[in-house]
Amino acid sequence: MNCDEFVELVTTFLDGSMHEPTELRCLVHLTECDGCETYLDQFRQTIAILDALPGQSLPTEARDQLLGAFRALRRD
Amino acid sequence: MAGARELPPDQVLVQRLRDGDEETFALVLNAWSGSMLRLAMSFVSTKASAEEAVQDTWLAVIRGISDFEGRSTLKTWVYRILVNTAKARGTKESRTVPFASLLPEEEGPTVDASRFRAPGEEYAGHWAVGQEPRPWHIPEDHVLRGEVREVITEAIDELPPRLRTVITLRDVAGYGSEEVCSLLEISPGNQRVLLHRARALLRRKLEEYLSGTHHVAGGRGRA
Repeated sequence: MNCDEFVELVTTFLDGSMHEPTELRCLVHLTECDGCETYLDQFRQTIAILDALPGQSLPTEARDQLLGAFRALRRD
Repeated sequence: MAGARELPPDQVLVQRLRDGDEETFALVLNAWSGSMLRLAMSFVSTKASAEEAVQDTWLAVIRGISDFEGRSTLKTWVYRILVNTAKARGTKESRTVPFASLLPEEEGPTVDASRFRAPGEEYAGHWAVGQEPRPWHIPEDHVLRGEVREVITEAIDELPPRLRTVITLRDVAGYGSEEVCSLLEISPGNQRVLLHRARALLRRKLEEYLSGTHHVAGGRGRA
């Protein structure tokens, strides 16, 4: 397997949805290629940073209005 | 996303919402509104419009919770309402994100061909000398971690809308592939292509930023 092939397979590889022969070729390639091992690791880190992103939030007025709407509707 | 894990199971949530438990409503409102805003931004043109889409969604949830049949999770149901609401707004603002097929610029290599040895060379297709990714070091320091987040948030905002939508759902909001395909009515293959391209672009941004930090730290003098 070449590096330019591996870099296009990383998402499939991480999803665990890869066919076994291809997965095996990836694993063999990784044992031989520091560059691709780093690429894979950086993909994982990128995903980890995305996962840890703090959410934006609704403006307070909007939040208060919604809480008010919830209260009003439930009282009917 | 932090906080989401602490929510009670769906059955409990739904029952409490139906009973008019305000605390539970505030809980889901806080837990989901952030990623909902991000998602809505993929379909509409302004932050204000995204906020309205999220508000309209919650109003629909309040009115519709008694009809919720539990065929999907509560969260998926809420997000589906959001996607429909935001899409309708986007169409009005002529900013639609159709997913039926891939655009030409969404296919093709996600890493610049110049980083690999050219065809005909020895080891063609392998990293060219000096072009292989070098391990980066993400500083533990909180300020810098904050900077890393800023870089990535900015990079997400700059993504083409379809890439942004998919990566927001998968990697920021934590949805599985199946859920995303059904929310966006997109094939698993196309979803993977968009997700992979978005991740590759963001990795590249981080690489640029992190390999540049030495210069910034060492040479913050005046030009």
